[in-house]
Amino acid sequence: MDRIPILRMGNFLLVTIQIDLYDRLAINLETDLVNMVNKTQAKGVLIDISALSIVDSFMGRILGNIGNMARIMDAETVVVGMQPAVAITLVELGLELKGVHTALNVVKGMELLRNKIKDLDTGEEEEEEIATNEDSTE
Amino acid sequence: MRIVLNKDSMNIEKEQDVVPFRNRVKEYAVKIGMSVVNQTKLITAASELARNMLKYAGGGITKIEVISEGRNSGIRLIFEDKGPGISDIALAMKDGFSTGKSLGIGLPGAKRLVNEFEIKSSVGEGTTVSIIKWKNG
Repeated sequence: MDRIPILRMGNFLLVTIQIDLYDRLAINLETDLVNMVNKTQAKGVLIDISALSIVDSFMGRILGNIGNMARIMDAETVVVGMQPAVAITLVELGLELKGVHTALNVVKGMELLRNKIKDLDTGEEEEEEIATNEDSTE
Repeated sequence: MRIVLNKDSMNIEKEQDVVPFRNRVKEYAVKIGMSVVNQTKLITAASELARNMLKYAGGGITKIEVISEGRNSGIRLIFEDKGPGISDIALAMKDGFSTGKSLGIGLPGAKRLVNEFEIKSSVGEGTTVSIIKWKNG
């Protein structure tokens, strides 16, 4: 059966979608990715969709699902390389890519993931600070 | 007056048929010189409607037509199925409504992406959706 390859790079998983996915392939990718996050304990997933000429509601849902599942497994997801025409179409279609971060390209996407993970490590302290600030304004 | 310049037809019977259908639509859109943004909108709408047809009617026939009206040219796509039909079209066209487990943006979303959208349905007989995207529209 056809599969989209998932590459591991340190703490991250990289997926480059080179062809327009039909449904079965997309669903396989969803399961494969979640299994890989579990197996490799990855902290981030980067999905490059620069080769996709369209993202319809089905594909949008798959991307959203991957983001939500990965988050439950303690990993952040970033989608990179969306074509401008695809972005225009997505908004008119009424699809919000909930659950995933987006970045312009792979380099920016990696940067975003690294920062997210850093934030998570120091997140608790920051939350405390915000809480005390709110108290003082009241 | 609208003239049909070219007619093509494709059956959608399984999910693997959707991508080749999209590619065929793209070929025609490129041939008439449609801009990339309009191409993307048309193909996305085509994808939504083809998927709907598969999901709710188990497949159907699509027609791809190159049409012209005065100086303007465009692509008309017709989706015909012999599925259960839609009892309440107004409800089916509402954002967020779905009888399946989808997002419910297929029909209303597709309508927003094209210039003309027509839906006819009778319960027990089937549904026909016809869309037009003009090259400059």
